[in-house]
Amino acid sequence: MAEKLTQEQVSQLEKYAQSIRYSIVEMVTEAQSGHPGGSLSAADILTTLYFAEMNVNPNDPQQAGRDRFVLSKGHAAPVLYATLAERGFFPKEELLTLRKIDSRMQGHPSMKSLPGIDMSTGSLGQGLSAAAGMALAARLDNSPHRVFAVLGDGELEEGMVWEAAMFAAHYKLDNLTAFVDFNGLQIDGPVSEVLSPLPIPEKWAAFNWHVIEIDGHDIQAIYDAIQTAKTIKGKPTMIVAQTIKGKGVCQMENIADWHGKAPSREQCDLFLSQLNDLEAQ
Amino acid sequence: MGLATREAYGEALKELGGKHKNIVVLDADLSKSTKTAVFAKAFPERFFNVGIAEQNLMGVGAGLAAGGKIPFVSTFAMFAAGRAFEQIRNSICYPKLNVKIAATHAGLTVGEDGASHQSVEDISLMRSIPNMTVIVPADAEETRKAIAFAAEYNGPVYIRLGRMSVPDLFPADYTFEYGKAVQLVDGKDVTLIATGIMVGAAKEAAEKLKEAGISARVLNIHTIKPIDREAIVKAAADTGAIVTCEEHSIIGGLGSAVAEVLVENSPVPMERVGIMDTFGESGTPSSLLKKYHLTADDIVVAAKKTISRKK
Repeated sequence: MAEKLTQEQVSQLEKYAQSIRYSIVEMVTEAQSGHPGGSLSAADILTTLYFAEMNVNPNDPQQAGRDRFVLSKGHAAPVLYATLAERGFFPKEELLTLRKIDSRMQGHPSMKSLPGIDMSTGSLGQGLSAAAGMALAARLDNSPHRVFAVLGDGELEEGMVWEAAMFAAHYKLDNLTAFVDFNGLQIDGPVSEVLSPLPIPEKWAAFNWHVIEIDGHDIQAIYDAIQTAKTIKGKPTMIVAQTIKGKGVCQMENIADWHGKAPSREQCDLFLSQLNDLEAQ
Repeated sequence: MGLATREAYGEALKELGGKHKNIVVLDADLSKSTKTAVFAKAFPERFFNVGIAEQNLMGVGAGLAAGGKIPFVSTFAMFAAGRAFEQIRNSICYPKLNVKIAATHAGLTVGEDGASHQSVEDISLMRSIPNMTVIVPADAEETRKAIAFAAEYNGPVYIRLGRMSVPDLFPADYTFEYGKAVQLVDGKDVTLIATGIMVGAAKEAAEKLKEAGISARVLNIHTIKPIDREAIVKAAADTGAIVTCEEHSIIGGLGSAVAEVLVENSPVPMERVGIMDTFGESGTPSSLLKKYHLTADDIVVAAKKTISRKK
């Protein structure tokens, strides 16, 4: 078992996460379009992956042997772009081009547009299969790099997810670690009411994955779960991360309407001041 | 009778597997039918059965390609182009990943399985996707060469293969030229433009037309996308009449592709021999080809009709 993060490391990662949240709210407001709710809920997961775990090089995004990341819930593109910018892949100013004509920041991640994106996603249900293919390629090459993926809870309603679940377990892809960003809400309402994917951990366990349940906003817990996943042999790991949609902006938290709606300029200013206050604390 | 194109595919994969260590083959529980089992036997460590899960078949292929592999993914054309259309579009073609989709049992000549398994729309679906290349080999040798080309080419390729045995048309020293039509017979009165298993029928039709005093050119279009515009325009200029021949719906396939070139360049009378916007049914391949008007005699009738429409 790897060592725990120090309190200073956790504090630093929390600062990155706050800054990423700030960028998310700003860029979606500037675009007047996009998906803030599910971007904010996944911010701590992406922060931990990109700043405490993954071997990536902002100066050489295509570096051989790097760890790979697939945002299967591609509509949360703002959190991925904001994280990559925070990590130094490109200047933060470019985030404000999100969803605009000629931008590298497409509405959903495009690997051909933007260095640092390992897989084009957006059509739900497809990312885990690609991540499994990448994990298989790594194994065929005897490369020690690992593949990470983040899925939405509503996304689990896509049948293809379970094809990939069977595949990754059957071929014992233990270099694959995925997260469910379990924020409980999808566009039309609570996942339990729209078309329940519950119980989520039991389903993955039944599909022969190693399952870890955590608080998806606890950086230390996210980090620990990733370290545990690396020790699990013969099985892929699913980290079911309980999260809050819109996390960090209290007016957005747990409200399905913020799935795919941009704040007004006035709302944005209020939300950003809240995030600043949180950071100050 | 020669080999079915799917048989040649299996052989070609096995041969290429020795040369290209990056080739990985995936199948969706049809490896004995698609002939990927031939590769699986030779290179078991590079063959993966994904089970009856065609969406995941395409997604895993995309991931392998993103990881630097050259995946050949196979299932029946119906389940590749049909069921997994959107995975092919979004996970393979949009990021232009190097996945080769070798789809077998295309067209009516699946035979007895009936309409549920007879893909008559796949060329149309596949050629409409940006970044996709569409290849339909006519015989075993052309299949071997097309598969070898696909392994070298960097980008998504859809290769349409058939279940039934087809006559050998090309010698062992045949050269496959991507995007180039192959003229099998020259003629001046009409051009028969054919693809896949209909190339043999077009050649036979040309012989029948010759007996009736009509000189027919026969072009084999193995690359439906990108199509050989030059050869089509030249055929229109030289012969003034065109017949397209395909074991596919007349909507969206070779006939449509040729018509698109003609209307933009040099419109001439044209007839389409193909499946007339209908589903197939159970039957032997030959009885289906007869009932759905996909024989040399049907091409002869279409040729005479298009010639009669010349001004």
